[in-house]
Amino acid sequence: MASSGGTGVRAPGRASIGVRTLRTDRWWAAPLATFGFLFGWVVYATVRVCLHSDYWVAKYHYLTPFYSPCLTKSCTPDSALFGRPLPRFPIIIPFAIVSLVFLLGFRMTCYYYRKAYYRSFWAAPPACAVAEPHRRYSGETRFPLVIQNSHRYFFYLAALVALVNTIDLIDSFTQGLGLGNIIMLINVVGLWGYSASCHTCRSIMGGRLNHFSEHPVRYRLWGWVSKLNGYHMQLALGTLVTLAVTDAYIALLAAGAFSDLRIIS
Amino acid sequence: MTYDAHFRVWRGDTDAGDLQDYIVEVNDGEVVLDVIHRLQATQTPDLAVRWNCKAGKCGSCSAEINGRPRLLCMTRMNNFGADETVTVTPMRAFPVVRDLVTDVSFNYTKAQQIPAFAPPVGVAPGDYRMAQVDVERSQEFRKCIECFLCQDTCHVVRDHEENKQAFAGPRFLMRISELDMHPLDSRDRKLEAQDRHGLGYCNITKCCTEVCPEGIHITDNALIPLKERVADRKYDPLVWLGSKIFRRGSSTGGARTPGA
Repeated sequence: MASSGGTGVRAPGRASIGVRTLRTDRWWAAPLATFGFLFGWVVYATVRVCLHSDYWVAKYHYLTPFYSPCLTKSCTPDSALFGRPLPRFPIIIPFAIVSLVFLLGFRMTCYYYRKAYYRSFWAAPPACAVAEPHRRYSGETRFPLVIQNSHRYFFYLAALVALVNTIDLIDSFTQGLGLGNIIMLINVVGLWGYSASCHTCRSIMGGRLNHFSEHPVRYRLWGWVSKLNGYHMQLALGTLVTLAVTDAYIALLAAGAFSDLRIIS
Repeated sequence: MTYDAHFRVWRGDTDAGDLQDYIVEVNDGEVVLDVIHRLQATQTPDLAVRWNCKAGKCGSCSAEINGRPRLLCMTRMNNFGADETVTVTPMRAFPVVRDLVTDVSFNYTKAQQIPAFAPPVGVAPGDYRMAQVDVERSQEFRKCIECFLCQDTCHVVRDHEENKQAFAGPRFLMRISELDMHPLDSRDRKLEAQDRHGLGYCNITKCCTEVCPEGIHITDNALIPLKERVADRKYDPLVWLGSKIFRRGSSTGGARTPGA
């Protein structure tokens, strides 16, 4: 049973073992769960941004992050904090297409999500020491995946969007305090945490320096971001949950399914 | 507690081989290497296994246990149930020599291809002066025992023999990262990392970090920072422009003569 004619773990000269892995644990569970979670989230988000309804609660100034900033004339005027410079959008284009492109780019090029979807969607590899199904592999050396190196630009743009979400939150506080404000606050804190814990942010703050001793402020910032960076995965996944929960709460509120729990009116 | 464990050990050489079954005694506190040694002593005196320190510091006894790259000497038997079959094979990314011993010369070839530490011109050994804060980041990488488990598990070469020419692997990209962060290294290693040592092949799936017996954060602290440094140099015109305008080159990437 010699290895012959194969590639990878079946390449000539390597120990001849017929199976792709000898792992006995449930190695497939994590990529399967990741696939299910991310796929489910994408389906929910796609449906929601295409619905073009139930995104704004005028009474409390709650705007779902999936529609922020609302820059098209299709938006309800009150919901457009930054004006409506764009023409009306046809049904398939999300109102917040401008920010959604940035956010999608930020998450798609994020170092954590790359690991997640390379493993769970592309099986490269599906799990450690489990042979991948692809015959050839060039990684991020060529187009299109070389574009992953643009992560820093998406980081800058995503930070702008987080700022817009923060302004939405402040605007909602002008109408009092309710459960919706608290949900939006948790979401905004999470978004800032996710953005600030990003590996690119860590590099910008000080990771690219070789002489920390000459840049004590940047060294301190790098240290803080490094600590936060340890929770990048949790923040990446957690903010998907907070985004969906925030959107669902505002959508149900806007649809009249229930009333907001008010603390200060 | 003493019990008889069911072991399956890969026996063979480059031409042929297969998994063979053994029943072998296991005692409290033992590691897999102890059991392999008992197997050698009692049933299979010709079983080939590479080992040295038995303390997780020499990096010799790398193998795969139940399909996972691990050190034989650092894998305790109480990780497994008494009725569980323990399968031990050689590392599957490298050519096998015999039984559990592999030919890891690929790694030595890659090590030779990385230019050594290059101090600034005019600074002799003994005159190196660095602030602790400037070197402590890369000291994490010096914990590497060169067991090559990260090289073994990295799918870039494990699953694609043809990439071995172009890709140095996580252990040696970490070495480049260490040198690039070094406050006294004067060589520009960023473009080399990308163009000659295949950093772009890495897709950050973190298996190298998962298997490292020293707990080095290879991906987060070495490979991703190196990717960001390459992006600074190769893919980010704004950083390039900034370095020209503000003359930040020496602080971000270059070496400084001590005291200058």
